[in-house]
Order: sequence, then C-alpha cells, then structure tokens
Amino acid sequence: MADVPGSDVPSSVVPSSAKAVVIGGGIVGNSLLGWLAELGWTELVQLDKGPFPNPGGSTGHASNFIFPVDHSKEMTQLTLDSMRQYREAGTLHECGGIEVARTEERLEELRRRMASAKSWGVDGCRLVTPAEIKELVPFVDESILLGGFYTPSVAVVDSLRFGTVMRERAQAKGARVFANTEVLGIDVEDGRVRRVRTSRGAIETEIAVIACGVWSPRIARMAGASIPLTPAVHQMIDVGPVPRFLTSKTAVDYPIVRDMDTNMYERQDGQGLEVGSYAHRPILHDPDEIPSIEESSLTPTELPFTQEDFEVQLEHALQLVPEVLGDESVGIKYAINGLLSLTPDGLPLLGETPEVRGLWSAAAVWVKEGPGVGRALAEWLVRGEPEIDLQSSDIARFYDEQRTPENIESRTSEGFNKTYGIVHPSEQWESNRRVRMSPFYDREQALGAVFYEAAAWERPHWYESNAPLVEEYDVRPREHEWDARWWSPIINAEHLAMRDRAAMFDLTAFSVFDVVGTDALESVQRVAARQMNVPNGRVVYTPVLTPSGGFRSDLTIMKMADDRFRVVTGGAHGMADKKWFADNLVGSARIEDHTSTTCTVGLWGPRARDVLASITSDDVSNEAFPFSTWQTLTVDGSEVVASRISYVGDLGWELYAPVEDGAKLWDAVWEAGRAHGVVPAGIGVYGTTGRLEKAYRAFGFELDADYTVVEADMAWWKVKAEDFVGKEAHVAHREAEPAARLCTLTIDDHTTSGGLKRYPLGREPVTLRDGTPLTDAHGRRSYVTSTGAGPSIGKHIVMSYLPPEHASEGTKLAVEYMTELLPATVEIVGSRPPFDPENERIRS
Amino acid sequence: MKILCCVKRVPITGGRMVLTADAEALETKHLGFTISPHEECAVEEAVRIVERDGGEVVALTLGPAEAEEQLRDCMAIGADRGVHVKTDGSEWDAQATAAAIVEAIDGESFDLLLFGNESADAANYQVGIRVAYALGLPVVTGLKKIELLAGRARCERDVGGARDVYEVPLPAVLTVLEGLNLPRYPSVPGRLRAKSKPLAVLEPARPESKLEKLRLVVPEGQGKQAEILGSGADAAPKVVEVMQRLGVA
Amino acid sequence: MNVLALVEPADELSLQALSFAQSLGDVRAVAFDGPYAPSAWAAALVGAAGDAGAIVAAGSDRGNELLAHVAARLDQPFAANVTALDGDVVTRVRWGGSLIEEARLHGAPKLLTVAPHTHAAAAGVPVETLPAPEDGSPRVLETISDSAGGISLRDAKVVVSGGRGVGSSEAFAVIEELAGLLGGAVGCSRVVTSAGWRPHADQVGQTGTKISADLYVACGISGATQHIAGAKGAKKILAINSDPEAPIFATADYGVIGDLHEIVPAISAELRRVRGT
Repeated sequence: MADVPGSDVPSSVVPSSAKAVVIGGGIVGNSLLGWLAELGWTELVQLDKGPFPNPGGSTGHASNFIFPVDHSKEMTQLTLDSMRQYREAGTLHECGGIEVARTEERLEELRRRMASAKSWGVDGCRLVTPAEIKELVPFVDESILLGGFYTPSVAVVDSLRFGTVMRERAQAKGARVFANTEVLGIDVEDGRVRRVRTSRGAIETEIAVIACGVWSPRIARMAGASIPLTPAVHQMIDVGPVPRFLTSKTAVDYPIVRDMDTNMYERQDGQGLEVGSYAHRPILHDPDEIPSIEESSLTPTELPFTQEDFEVQLEHALQLVPEVLGDESVGIKYAINGLLSLTPDGLPLLGETPEVRGLWSAAAVWVKEGPGVGRALAEWLVRGEPEIDLQSSDIARFYDEQRTPENIESRTSEGFNKTYGIVHPSEQWESNRRVRMSPFYDREQALGAVFYEAAAWERPHWYESNAPLVEEYDVRPREHEWDARWWSPIINAEHLAMRDRAAMFDLTAFSVFDVVGTDALESVQRVAARQMNVPNGRVVYTPVLTPSGGFRSDLTIMKMADDRFRVVTGGAHGMADKKWFADNLVGSARIEDHTSTTCTVGLWGPRARDVLASITSDDVSNEAFPFSTWQTLTVDGSEVVASRISYVGDLGWELYAPVEDGAKLWDAVWEAGRAHGVVPAGIGVYGTTGRLEKAYRAFGFELDADYTVVEADMAWWKVKAEDFVGKEAHVAHREAEPAARLCTLTIDDHTTSGGLKRYPLGREPVTLRDGTPLTDAHGRRSYVTSTGAGPSIGKHIVMSYLPPEHASEGTKLAVEYMTELLPATVEIVGSRPPFDPENERIRS
Repeated sequence: MKILCCVKRVPITGGRMVLTADAEALETKHLGFTISPHEECAVEEAVRIVERDGGEVVALTLGPAEAEEQLRDCMAIGADRGVHVKTDGSEWDAQATAAAIVEAIDGESFDLLLFGNESADAANYQVGIRVAYALGLPVVTGLKKIELLAGRARCERDVGGARDVYEVPLPAVLTVLEGLNLPRYPSVPGRLRAKSKPLAVLEPARPESKLEKLRLVVPEGQGKQAEILGSGADAAPKVVEVMQRLGVA
Repeated sequence: MNVLALVEPADELSLQALSFAQSLGDVRAVAFDGPYAPSAWAAALVGAAGDAGAIVAAGSDRGNELLAHVAARLDQPFAANVTALDGDVVTRVRWGGSLIEEARLHGAPKLLTVAPHTHAAAAGVPVETLPAPEDGSPRVLETISDSAGGISLRDAKVVVSGGRGVGSSEAFAVIEELAGLLGGAVGCSRVVTSAGWRPHADQVGQTGTKISADLYVACGISGATQHIAGAKGAKKILAINSDPEAPIFATADYGVIGDLHEIVPAISAELRRVRGT
C-alpha cells in the first residue's frame, strides 16, 4: 500500500519520472512539497520510509513551541514567516513565552534580546520583573529569578497537522505521496542527479531534495554528496497529571518558560508539564546507527532516556517550578533522549549541494523555521531565489575542512550547550582549531598574534607585540567587560600606526579561483554586475546580484588574460561564491581553484610604496602602477602578483605569492618594513576599523539580498549593455526612489545610566531619540549593520539603512544598546567616506 | 512489615526481535530497559502496604552494573533500600539466581518476599518458588490480589473466569502478575531521594549453569501477507463478508 | 525412557503435553483429586517418579508452578514451555513466544512443561489418580466466580481490541459497540492499561491475557512483540491501522488501512444493515 489513504490513485509503484522528488515527510518535506505545488510545479513526488502522518522523525516528538526572537535576522525572518503560515493553517496557538534570568549576566543578555526584537520587528516584547513573571506563570518560584524577557507572540504549533495540511494541498494539485517507501540510491551522471531509486521502483528526475532530518547525511552519501550534520540528543520528560492544569481551557494556558541559565524549558502540555534540557553532555549519534521503525519501542528519534544525564536538570527544574515538580502526586510519565540535527555552526543546511547539481539539501531545520524554509526553498527552486535571504544557511558555505567528521563532532558538541547560551557576537570557537594555517603562522605566533578563526583559517585578529602602541597612540580601553570582550585597544593602535606609517596583513584566507577558457569573459559577465571586458591588468571590484537585484556577494576580479579572470573573495563566503560562478559557466569555461596554492600579504599605509620599492626593482610609482590595477613584481627572486586595491582605504597593495614562496615574501616585507616602522596588523583593522572609516560595505553586514545597490549607494555611473543576473531589477532600482539609504552615523555620547561608556557591537536597533523604531516602506527596520571604532576620526562609527525621511546629514537618532539609548547623529548619507573623503591616500 | 521485592532488568522491545551477531542475546544497543512488568506491580504493592502499615521495602536485583538503574527506579517510587547482586552481564539460570538471592539476604528476615511470576524475557517461572523452598517458606504464585490480615495473607489468582483463593501464614513468598495494581510513576522528589538511598552491592561468582543457554533463534514469521480488504470506512462491507465466512458475524 | 506426566482432567493443554510425553517414552499419566495444592501435589509427584527419566506437565499456570515445586524439591533444573527435547538439549520459548531458546538441560530426571499449542492433543490415554498429602501447605480454599459475568477475554470467540490509536478511554465506545454486536469481549494493548484507559483484565499480551479467539480485531495497535505474544493464539487476526507497515500486519490475516475512528463504526453500521436492525 503506497499512497496515503484518501488519495485516489491506489497503485503501489512510483511514477517513472518526476519534476522533483522530495525525500522526507517531516515538517520541512511537507512544507516544501506544499509550496512547490503552490508555485506551480506539477509532477512532484514525496517519499518517506515511514508512515504518515508521523514517519518517526524529529518532527514527531518536537516540543512544538516557537520563540521568534533570535539575534540572527535570517533566522528571525524564517521564524516569523513560519508563524504566519502555521497561523493561516489554523495550527498555531499563541500562549506567550518568557525567557527568565537567574543571573545578572543573563539579564544583560535579555536586554540584548529586547534589542534584537526591535531590530527585526518582533513587537510587543518587554522586560518583566519577577513579580510580573509570577503573575503570568503562577507556578514559578520567582524568588530565584532576577527578571525575564516576555514575548507575547510565542506560540505552540501542531507541526504534524500543518505538515498534513501542506501535503494534502500538494496532493490536491497532483503531487504523489508515497509512505513506507525507502530510498535505495540516487544515481548521478555528469555531476547531475538523474534518478532516485526506491523500494517501489525508480524515478527519473533532475531534482532530488533531501529533507530527511537526522537521516540526511546517509541519503546524501548515496549521491556522493555530504550534508554535514550530526544527530544529537536533547532530553525531555513529561510529568503529570498536574493539579493546576486540570482546569485549563487549552493545552497551553500558561506562557512557556525558558530557563536560560540552566539551558532548560518548561511548558504545559494539556494536563502535563513538559520539561526539556539542552544542558547535558553532548550526546551525538551516528546517522547510520539510528534504529529502524520496527526496532524502536517508540520511534527511531525517541531513544531510551539516560537518567544520569538529567539528574542535575531535575534539580534545576524543581527549583524553578516547585509547585508542579515538588508535588508527590505528579509522576514522570514519559522521558526520552530525543534526536535532532546539529550542524557545525548551528545554522541550517539549505540549497543545492556543491557536489551534485540537482541535489538539494533541506536539513537541520527546527519546527520553528520549517514552513518558512519550505517556502524559501520552493522559491529558490522555482524562481531562482528565495524571498528571505538564506545566505547564512547556504549549504555551499562549507569548505572541505569544515565537513570532516572531526569538525562536525567537535563543533556540534561545543555548540550544543550554547543553545540557550550567552554568545558574544565575536565569540570564537575553541574546539578544532589550527586546521588551516598560512605559511606566516609561526611568524605571527612569535609576534604574539591573537588568532581568530574564519572558514577554518587561523587569522591574527591583532598582535600582542603591538601593546606598546596603545600608549604611543593613546588608545582608551573599553569600560564594560562585555564591550571589551573579544576586542583589544591594540586593534585601534595598529590602525593608527597603519595610517601613520604602514601595516602588513596576512590575507591568505581569501578564496582565490580563476575562471578560465575562451568563454571565461562571457561567464564572468553574467555574474558580475560591473563591466568585465577590461584590459589585462585591470582589477574590478564588483557586486554580484540576485535576480531581484539584491546582493549575492561582492568581490574583486582581476583580468589576468583574455581567457583568465581571477576572482578574489573573502574566505567566509568563498565557497558559495565559487559555486555560483561554477553554476554560471558558459561553454567550455572552467574554474581553477588557487586558494590552497596562494598566500597573500597586504601592505598599506603612507609608507607602503617606500617599503615595496625597496624590495623590488620593478617600478611601483603611481604613474607606473595606478590604483585598481595589478602587475607581476619580482620580490627577492620570486614572482609576486601585486594588486593595487585597498579595503582599508590607504595606499598599498595585496601581494599574492605561491605558498612555497610565502615565507620569503613575508620576511622581505618585514625586513624592509623595519626601517619604516611597519607594524603587523590583524583582521581587527582589516575587517572593521579600516573599512568603517571609509564606509566600505561588507557582505553579510551592509550587503545582503534584502537591500539593493541603489540603497547601498553603490551604483556606478553606467550599466553595461551585456546581460547579467539581476540587471533588469537593478535598472528598475536606478529609476526609482530607494526605500532606504545606507548612512554612516557616529555616536555622540557613549555614557550610559550607570556612568560607564558603552560601545555597541552590531545589529542593535537604530531609533528616534525617544526609542521609536524606524521602519521603511518595505517594512524593514533600521538596525546597525556594522559598528566599530574609527580611530583616525576619533569617533565610533555606525552604519545603518535609514528611511529617506531620516536620511539626512545632521539628523539626530539613537542606537539602543542594552535598552539604553545612545544618541547618534547621521554624519553621511550614502557612501562618501568619513575619513579621507577624496580618497587621496588610496590614489597617491 | 519488612518486604523484599526481587526485580529483574529486562529490555523494552519494539516490533521485532533482533539478535547479536553470535545469536547469544538480544541486540540491545537501541533498546531501553525497565523492570519486568510483573514485578513492577510487586514493588508498587509493597510500597502501598508499607505506606499504610509502616515498615520497610527492600528492592533486590541480580544483574549487571546497569541494573542499579532498576533499583533506583524502585527507590524512586518508595523502596527504602536496595541490594544489588552484581553480575558481569552474562545470564544466570533460575537455580543460580535463586541461590544467590538466598545468599544475599542471609541473616535478614522478611515478612513478605515478592517476586514476579515469571520474567518477561527468560520466563522460567521458578525463581520465587526455589527461594521459598530454600527458606522453608510457603509460596503462592500468579496472584492478582493480596490482602493482609493478622499474620497471614489472603490471595487471589485468576482461573479462567473465576478466582482461586488461598491463605498463607506469614512470612511467605508470593509471586504476582501484572494487573495486581497500576504502578505509579515516580515523582521528581522521589527520583531525587532515590539517588541517596542506601545500596548494598555483592559480587558472587557465577556457578555452573544447569539450564545452559546455547543460542537464541528468532522464530520465522509465518510468512503471512495480510490480505488488505480496503481502506477507510469503504472497507466495511468486505470486512463483514469475511466475518460471516468465519462464522463470527 | 519412563515418563511421568501430570494431567489435569479435561484440560486441552494437558492432553497436548501428554502427546509430547508419549514422544519421549513410556508414559504414566497421573492426576490429583481435590483442591489444588501445588506443594503437596509436587511432593506426591516426586514420590511417584520412581525411575522416570522425565516428568512432564502442560505449560499452563498450574503446570509451570507444579514442576517448579518439583524442581525445587529435587534441586534439579527445570525447563518451562519446551517445544522439543533432543538428548539433553531443549528448545523452549522466551518472551511469550517471540523468541526461541536452545539450552542444555543438565540433571535428572528431565523436568519439563510443554509450550501450549505446539503439539496435538493425545487421546485415549489412561490416567491414574494419585492421593495428595495433607501437609498444611497452601491450597485453594474456595473459588469465586467473576461476578461481572461478562464474556471472559480468555474464552471469547471474538475479541475486539484497541491500542494507542484509540486515543482515550471515552473513544473505546466504538470498540465496545463492535464487540457487543459480535458477542465478543473487549481487549486492549498494554499502552492502554498503563494510561489507565481500560482495566488490566482487558489487556491482551504477554503479561496480560493470551487469547484463543476465532477472530481478533486489533484496532490502532502497532503490534509490539509482547502484544503479539498474547494475540497469536487467535485463529484469524484482522488489523485496522493507518500505518500499512505497522508490525501487526506481519502477523495479521486481514487488514484495513485507515482511521479506526471511521472504520470501526462503519463495520458496526454494516453489521446492523445486513442484520436489518
């Protein structure tokens, strides 16, 4: 028996072909199927090894509650969209939720959550006192709490029912659904999906979506791709019957409580109370070792409870809700180790896999984002892009080093206990470090480099050996521990030394790849918004757009030869960029990846030319080597590609050398630099202070799919005649008034009510002086896209998109930081740099 | 009243029996464990008696180190202390089990010794009876009801549509069946108290097995293919047809 | 070899055990008069054993108890619910029938009970009545009939049974309705009794009642092995479940896929229709 009862096609064999096959019938698979059908695709097939409505995956035992506020814009958008969908389908019940604080540190974090709520437009939230918590949730012992963050729109949903609604909608439009059907293999030919083989026959198809939750890595491996998640346990128990709940009108009469400091939650569930924990040791499971449905006494994702891992948690929960848990008549009726999916960076895995065209991943998604992810992925498949920007969840983001079992295991373990954690925006991972290191690593270490990690690369963020510069340049420390965490005044000192003399940087973490072949030009023209038909030797900085004209990336392309274009892009986004270029190759063009064979030294500052000139006999004068060009130089007997661009907005070059010549290059620059006072400087300068002073935009901060080139004030004077992705939308944007403008603001006064000076760290709401949030015509809130010191202008810089009515120089606004309003003023509307506005330094 | 409850740790099976590669045991890597159902009721009964009349409930098990979990479960619902006769994980036959139990409680005198009638897994039906003989105590088995009267127990056992009634003088050994009562779930305070209740551990050597397990076999399914009569309410006429054919409608 | 076999008069399982005993050797079949007294009867059996190489009884409640008494008295091993004996290797039943064990039964005489319904009933074997000692050991004082007087689950020709899928105690009304129409008993799975929806007396399973109905209708029951152990004595099994791959379908003769809350009332309605009521 194949099709779900009620369908009118009683065959037990799958169709021989399909437009797309969705593998998985949990919240994601069902939502995706429904949306694909909604967006007009026919000949859809859905498969699951288990029965409907509950095939036995994580959805089936999920706690089903949704707290919308998250520090991530993307996750909040997906959650809000999901809530809308649940509500429309009549499967959402608003009960409210409170995140409670037992410690001062947590109270601060709750203020941050208030700020994020305001930044992402989740309204109605407020901070509450212990007495107010008691009123809302009478069975809580408020005497152990300091306060809470209350979100009235927190809801519980019926994820199984919603999934059924979506699946049935798709079936009504002709989608075929096969329960109890196992996928046996996925055939790939020429790097594309061709066929899904199942226990009921084979389906020819070019699109297979893996929405299999904890089983996803197994299924992906059938096609030769990898989905880097691990099944992991989170424990939950159910106690009851609770005397107080016997008179409840709904299954959840009381707000859900998240006991953040103990990594636990408590929610009413009918007559019982469900208590869940993310506090135990990370318990990871092998995707190949998940029990089958027949072997399980409950379901494959409801595993036997390990009592010892819940002992401390029982005590914590008893402290918080003694009225319920201390009642001897209330029994522990149900206790499981539930399985869910964890990823190395805690974000979902969405999009087409880089290994196999047509093989899409829809994995590591929680019930709270499921419907939103379903819609976004369906839009991505059918229309070429999702409405909600999914760039942080793009499965193409991982480098090979990040997909190793070792990395998955160590990072998911480290990340698990941070589920309700206080995670500083700049917080670094501790596990699995020293995976990718440049040839300069040892030298940097000897100089006291403080290494931060990005894309598995170790990069100096600043150098402790530069500590004397702090006094030399009179840099002030930050007064509050939180603001000063993961930061050092040395960063600002390095910046000032650079502007004063010069600094050298290790930029080896760049992703460097060439588009090669007779069709290389046509290939890059499609992707790059700027004109790429330029003379050899030119370096072009260009946005890369989405079909609707938002930002997909921004990067630099060097014209090496008529059949060779070198793309240089930030390490964090490099893999996704590479896939995009590869997907858009034309004719015989191909990609050559040079990331692992290239190392890069950056050298900028007024003395940069002096230093460079002293280590090469080639002419590096401004006339011979203008800005935005590249040349080959000989340095200490080796060939070095020098590119005269500058993300720190000063005179200088990026110097690329083969990895085997790296040490020599560094030493040459270093030695020559001594006489000029060149200092080593880290990414603190490169990524923040340097570029903020120049109002240079950063992808993932100012630039994402939500904003247009015009809003970011990056439109160049003429749009090229050649077609490129997003051209039509971009042209339309140029002809219209932007709904928001990217501005540079500065903080007028950092002093807060306690008397301490505070420094925002990013994503805080930008508001009127009275705290009223700013919302543009597209419903987007104004928030801090980037912020940091502008040491050379002596101000703290904030960048934010502002609605036109507030986007004028001199407008008085505020940045809400930890619920305090720091007065700020709009310095510049658009991209004019606060420092060296005529760009004299870069062009000198 | 001083009551001994002997319990056994057994796996919670699902819809299918899976053996280890050497066919000597059930594959338990995905399985949870519990107290065998009949004696779960014994512990509940003992706790109720002591709650009403005062006394002490001692829970005892013969099993691997992990079986401590089952003793703590007994304590969580009210047992006062535990005795763990710890094995290396290999199976002990019923004779060896009974002898070890007798040895473990040497010197203690109980008013009642409660056992499950048979364990869910090995189902040998004899440990309680052997312990009774070794201690020279009367024994009644398969009980669904126990009533304590002065110095004796009045017990009932199902016999096809009726109940046989026995009376035994105390002290006595009684073996019980599920249905004796509905066992409670532990409360949170109960769980927390269980952690610190006393537990005595003994590790006797395993004697030679007289009923020596050689291997296990999963019986073949009868290869039945259920004839699907239809789906949903529409199948009702066919169902009634079948019932008529079977002579039950 | 000589085999001493204990028989309970007119008991089907005893007759099955008897035929198993006959396969082992020369059988002397004995029975007891008077109220059931396991310890006393066991003493008498031991006394009557003589040079018997095996003592055999049915794997019934009483048979297992009696042989256990004999074993304790003789301090010899005892194998319950045996299906075969080959030399000193027994094949016996574990987990209510879901697992088979092969074991070496040391000791003598061989003490065995026979797993129910694994052998045909013997016929026409003379049975001797033995006296049982009056030794003051526990014996049945009286037998009380079940005042409920309803159809006993164990004897019912039809059992209609509900599992987790029924959802609540109230929802069992549809199960009761169908059972009533078929003149059968209501049964349930262990999940249901643990939840308190039905009394344990209704439970079909390894630790509940083992049924022998002509038809067992399992509604919303997934078919865990311990449940099947109680149900497989039924001649025919009809499973009603929304999951066509539920383990119960591997044991069922017939199946209907779908929601029992729709299907069971529909069957009741159809029964009324064909009866014209």
